[in-house]
This record gives sequence, C-alpha cells and structure tokens, in this order.
Amino acid sequence: MTVQPRIVRGEGFFLAPISRPAEGSIGKTGTWRTMRPVVDLEKCTGCYVCWLYCPENTIVKTGDGKVAIDYDYCKGCGVCAEVCPFKAIRMVEEG
Amino acid sequence: MVVRSLTGNYAVAYAVKLARVQVVSAYPITPQTTIVEKLSEMIEKGELKAKMVRVESEHSALATVFGAASGGARAFTATSSHGLLYMHEVVWWAAGSRIPLVMAVVARSIGPPWNIHVDHQDIFDQRDTGWIIGVAQENQEVLDMTLQAFRISEDPRVYLPVMVGLDGFILSHTRAPVDVPDQDLVDEWLPPRRQPYVISPETNVVMGNIAPDEVHYLMRYSMHEAMERAKRVIEEVDRSYAEVFGRSYGGLIECYKCDDADILVVITGSWSGDAKHAADRLRSIGINVGVARVRFIRPWPRERLVEIARDKKLVIVFDRAVSMGSLGPLFMEVSSTLYPYGTSLAGVIAGLAGVDVSYEDFERAIKTLVSKLEEQGRLYIPQFWLFPEGFESEEKRLEVARKWL
Amino acid sequence: MAVNLKALPDKKYIMPGNASCPGCPESMGLRYVKMALGDNVVLVIPAGCSSVIQGIAPRSGINTPILNIVFAAGASAASGLKAAYEMLGKDYHVVVWAGDGGTGDIGFQALSGAAERDEDIIYICVDNEAYMNTGIQRSSLTPYGAWTTTTWTGKKEHKKNVPIILVSHGVKYVATATVGYPTDFIEKLRRASKIKGFRYIHLLAPCPVGWRFDPSLTARIGQLAVKTGLYPLFEYVNGKFRLSPIGRRYKDPKNRLPIIEYLKLQGRYKHLLDKPEEIKKIEEYIENTWHLIDALEKSFSKGGGEKIYKAL
Repeated sequence: MTVQPRIVRGEGFFLAPISRPAEGSIGKTGTWRTMRPVVDLEKCTGCYVCWLYCPENTIVKTGDGKVAIDYDYCKGCGVCAEVCPFKAIRMVEEG
Repeated sequence: MVVRSLTGNYAVAYAVKLARVQVVSAYPITPQTTIVEKLSEMIEKGELKAKMVRVESEHSALATVFGAASGGARAFTATSSHGLLYMHEVVWWAAGSRIPLVMAVVARSIGPPWNIHVDHQDIFDQRDTGWIIGVAQENQEVLDMTLQAFRISEDPRVYLPVMVGLDGFILSHTRAPVDVPDQDLVDEWLPPRRQPYVISPETNVVMGNIAPDEVHYLMRYSMHEAMERAKRVIEEVDRSYAEVFGRSYGGLIECYKCDDADILVVITGSWSGDAKHAADRLRSIGINVGVARVRFIRPWPRERLVEIARDKKLVIVFDRAVSMGSLGPLFMEVSSTLYPYGTSLAGVIAGLAGVDVSYEDFERAIKTLVSKLEEQGRLYIPQFWLFPEGFESEEKRLEVARKWL
Repeated sequence: MAVNLKALPDKKYIMPGNASCPGCPESMGLRYVKMALGDNVVLVIPAGCSSVIQGIAPRSGINTPILNIVFAAGASAASGLKAAYEMLGKDYHVVVWAGDGGTGDIGFQALSGAAERDEDIIYICVDNEAYMNTGIQRSSLTPYGAWTTTTWTGKKEHKKNVPIILVSHGVKYVATATVGYPTDFIEKLRRASKIKGFRYIHLLAPCPVGWRFDPSLTARIGQLAVKTGLYPLFEYVNGKFRLSPIGRRYKDPKNRLPIIEYLKLQGRYKHLLDKPEEIKKIEEYIENTWHLIDALEKSFSKGGGEKIYKAL
C-alpha cells in the first residue's frame, strides 16, 4: 500500500496528502497497555459480545467458536471484560 | 461559433456550460450573482446537465464543489470579496488536496464600509494559497480564460485549482460582443476530466489525515514544482487555444507594444485597456510607452517578466490593491523580480474602492514619473498614491473629508 | 429487523493500531457504520477526534474511503460528494461523521443548510459532549453541570437538543443511539440506509478521557444514560415518532435507574455529588425531556403527525 511519490512525465515530483487503510497507523499500540485481557476459554461461550464492543477490533473470532486477543495492538481498555455476560475475561496487570 | 452580446458574468456561465461542468454550487454576492443565476437557468432549461446545490454560505459553496471534485466530477463555483474571504480556509484546503477545480472571482473591494465596486484586494489576498490565479481584461478573455482554466487545472503536470478573476461591474455587468465557441470544438479541445485520485469505495483512499512534518514539507514542495510547470502549461494552452479557436493573449503576460518601449507599464485587470490607450496617446507625443499586462499573477511569471522588462528605462507598476502597511502587491512581485537588473521602478497605488481611473489619469501619472526620471537619471519610487484631480494636496484632501463629514 | 450478532460482517473496519484512546467510543461507532451499511460507504470527517484517530499518513486507521474536511464544512462537502456520485451514476452512501462541535456549533450552519435541502446523505453526530480533540472544552452539547476545561465549576446551560432541532427541519429520518447498544445503532443505520434524503443519527459516545471514567466503562455508561432516562432512544421516520424497543421501558419513571448511578461513575460530575439541588436540577431535566418525548409521541402519531410533518 505505497502511496506516491511518482514521477510526472519525467518532470519531477508529485506528492498529495493521500493515505490508505493499514494496521499500525500510529504504531504498535499494544505497548500502551498497563492491563491485559485474558480470556478463560472454559467460560467463553463464543457469544461474540466482546468482539462487538471492542473499540480496536483486536478481538478476533477464532475458527472454533471462541475468541482470541491480538496483543500487538490491544490497548487494554477493559471494555471486553466489562461487557462479557459470562465474566470470561479478566484484566491482568501487564508485566 | 456564435457572437453574443454578453456581460462578463454571462461569459463565465457560457464557458462553464461549454466545459460540461457537472456540479455547481455558489452563494450569491454582488457582483457575482448573475453568473449563478444564468447557470441555474441553463440547468433548469436542460442546456447544462449539472446538479446545482444552493448552499447557505460561500464556505459551504467551495466545500461542496470541492467535495464534488474529489468524488470525480467537474465542479465550479464563483464568488467575490467577502464571500472569498469567508471561504478562505477552504481555498487553502482545496489547493493542498491537489484536486483540480475552477472558481470565478468577480473582483470587488472589501469593507468596511460596504462597497460593491471593483478593486483587486480580494484577488491579491489569495496569492499564497496555491491556486493558479488569472485576471482577465475583457469579456471575451473572461470566456476564453475560464475554458482554459479547466484544461490547465486538470493537466497532470499541474493538478492545482485555478481562479479566474474579472473586474466587478466593469466586466461582470457590462455587455460586449463575445464569440462563443462551438460545443463540438470545445469537446475536442478540452479532454475528459483527469484528477490524481478519486475518493470512492473502489479506491478506498483517505485524503488529508496527519502526515509527518517532513512529508508535509515535501507536499508543499510538490505544489511549488507544479506551479513552476504550470507556467509552461499555461503558455501551451494559450497556443493550442489559438490554433483551434483563433485567439491568443500571449500566455502569462500580454505584451502590448512593449518590445520597443522605453517606459513599461505593468498592470492587470480591465483598466489595462485604459493604460493601453494612454500608452498610444503618449507615443504620439514621443513618450515610448508599452504595457505588460500580467494575465496570471500565480504562478508569478518571473522569467517572462525579466525577458520583457529588464532593459527598460523605467517600469511603472499600477496596483489596484495595497498590502496595507507595505507596498502594492504587484509592485512587490515586480520589484523583487527585477532587482538583479537595477531597472528604475515606480509603484503606483490607484483605483482602490472602485475609484475610476481614466486614461487621462494614467497619462498624468506616467508623465509625472517620466519627468522625475529625467531629472534624477534613476528612479525608485516604491509607493505613489494616485489621487483624482482635485485631491492631490493634503489641504484639498482634508477639505473633501471635512465637507463629507 | 433485529440484528443477528453472529451474522454481522467480520471485516476489520477499524484498523488495529489507530490513534484513539483506549476505550474510545468513536472507534466503536465507526465499526458499526460499515457493519450496518456494507462496503459502499464514503465518510466525510470534519475536524475532530476521528480526524486524529486515522493516525499518521500514509496509513489510515479507519478502513473506509474518507474525505477529511475543514471543521465547519462536514455537511456541505458531503452534499457535493453526493452530487458528484449522482452525476457519475454511482450509488454510494455518503456519511458525515462529525463530532458535537462539528454538528451543533461550528458545523451547525452547514448542517441546517443540508437538512433544509434534503441532501441525500446520512449525518451521524458522534456526541462525546465536548470539544474533546482540542482538550475537553465545552460545546453547546455539553450537558448541564459537567466539568470541562472551560467550565470548571460545571456548565450552566442545558444540552442543545440537536435531534429535536433536526425534527423541526422536517427531515425524513432522525434517530438517537448510543455505542452502549450497538445492535440498536446498526438497526437504525440499516433502516436509514433505505431512505432517500437527509437522515440524521445522534450517537451518544461516552468518552473515558473527557468524562473522567475508567476506559472499561464506555459501553456501560452509554447504557446507563438510557437506563436512567437521561438519553431517550427514539426514531422519527417520515413524520412518525416512536421510542426504540430497548429504551421504551424507561418512559415509566419507575423503571429508570436513579441518575446518581450514572453521575457517580464520571469524574466530570464529581463536584455535583454532594449538591442535592444540582442533582435535582438534572432529575427535573429528565422529567422535562420525557414530557417533550410524550408530546412528540402524541403529536407525531398516526394521522396528526403527517400534517405537522408537512408543515415543517
């Protein structure tokens, strides 16, 4: 997903303020965390409420009806733990 | 080709129709109103297939046509004076986005006090924005310049928006015979719209989010390079237009009897016609005056001006605007261009607030400056406010002011 | 038209690694826009948090085509974009995603103009109740009593009721929603997408940073706003007014949670908690809001509603 610069008819340089959607537009936001969500796969029923509410889209549906966290980018907000109807997600201190 | 009796504003409207503009949006402001009224009529009568968005302000007008242009449509707006100032933020945004766009500016002075007559303050106020800025002298040129504006703006070597300036009331509301080109010729000459990118689900691009400072700097540099290339594109378009439609104006600068002139007047706008007439009359009494009419103030035609002006005995710039607290804007451009050549220079401020400047006023001013040059051998008068007869002295001016109060 | 959670598209509409604060309701909301409308969406984003959430070029943290535009021009740029698509024969949804400043204050004129012209766009006001992007300054949509950096002792005016203002513009669709109830928001978006003309959705977006609460509570606080009766969820479609199923029960004061449940979780109301007269004012405001809702329900019901709608 590179954006210009490109050569315009061999005459120089064209650069416009254009971007394309991509991960990590501000960096690896996983480093922001002070707490991390941990999914208890026993309690998880695959209702996907956490997936629905996650502001970062870092909760992914695994193939087998459960969820997993993308720790590269998860910011550790804790919304998933708060909304899970089965209390299957715990917030644990990072480190 | 049909010759119609058109006001400058109607000339703009016919050019917009010929260019097959698809989205028009504007907010009325004297003296631009009849452009939009005519376009509304054309659209509603089916003569122009376009959408008219009747917005609630000029800021919205430019934002609307800019939005339309970034979606892929050829779009157009027009404004004046306060309207142009109101949309100023969007003027910058449009230029920086590199989306081609055309806007007509009917030059009108800026208040307070309210004043609907012409001066060039509003146009010169836009110099830094990144728009290409052309100023026409007469209605035929208004039509031709507006048509050319689309081709210049949409040229991949340019991709910058273009402003077409025409003097309020003098051109906008005065009829003159104008040759309106045939649609088929225009269709051949003006290629289908091109732009560097389109905002759509297919391209999935994002325009304008934060960029690192260095990259933003490079984007600005890219605009600068485009402006430099635009000088050539403007000359090319002028020649190509002449080949197809039979009219040329000399590209960036119209050179009126300037090759053999000793005294060169540098000027822009409709009053250039009066300056040319004064030049003719002065020639008949032995003062060799020529007129370099700057058609495009952005990109500033530095090289072309040097070519024309460097060896002249005296260059007199007439400014219909002033950068308050400093000099006339056209003079500042000219003087910084001619600095290395040591040409004698004079900057005249005149015609602000719509004050009429006749060819006799031009003659008087030029004669005064020429005699000063003869006395002193060299001349540098950066600012000379020209007053109508009867206003020259301080006492006379105080008298007038007191009487008015 | 209930929304089946499992059937919602699973694409990344918000790109991980974007610049939003943890627990940001705008990121949440942006995911729901495309979940509801599909891929044929173009966003117009005037200056605000979502401008910055996109992150640093050449990457964007939001997976939609976006025209970023100056603050006051959200609705007008969208009008132009839609006009272009119509002329080019393209059928895309043009959605304005503006904050409360870009809607109720600096963007108000353009909004009113676009609504009056019945522009064929969906206008979503993502309302975090202050000028969050510039540092939590108060806006006309900041509620009574809230602390902001320009109202240190609490805002003295009540919240400007932008949805009702849009109702009186006579537009075809006005709805309120919150990120606390995403399926309700998605349903409303889907219904709106089938209507031609100007559609307005007001999305209450609790902001952890500006409202001063733990980021995990974003959704919970959105729900509490509804459960305390403070923020009625309704839909106004072609002159018919109806409360949304999720929020209908809170019409009855007995079903509402005490407002203190909502206020005590937010640091921006901390200074009010020991002032019963202030809390009473907010309770009165809730009462009055429901009077207004009641009046709207009665007036804009079958029959009478159409006449009023046509007079707007």
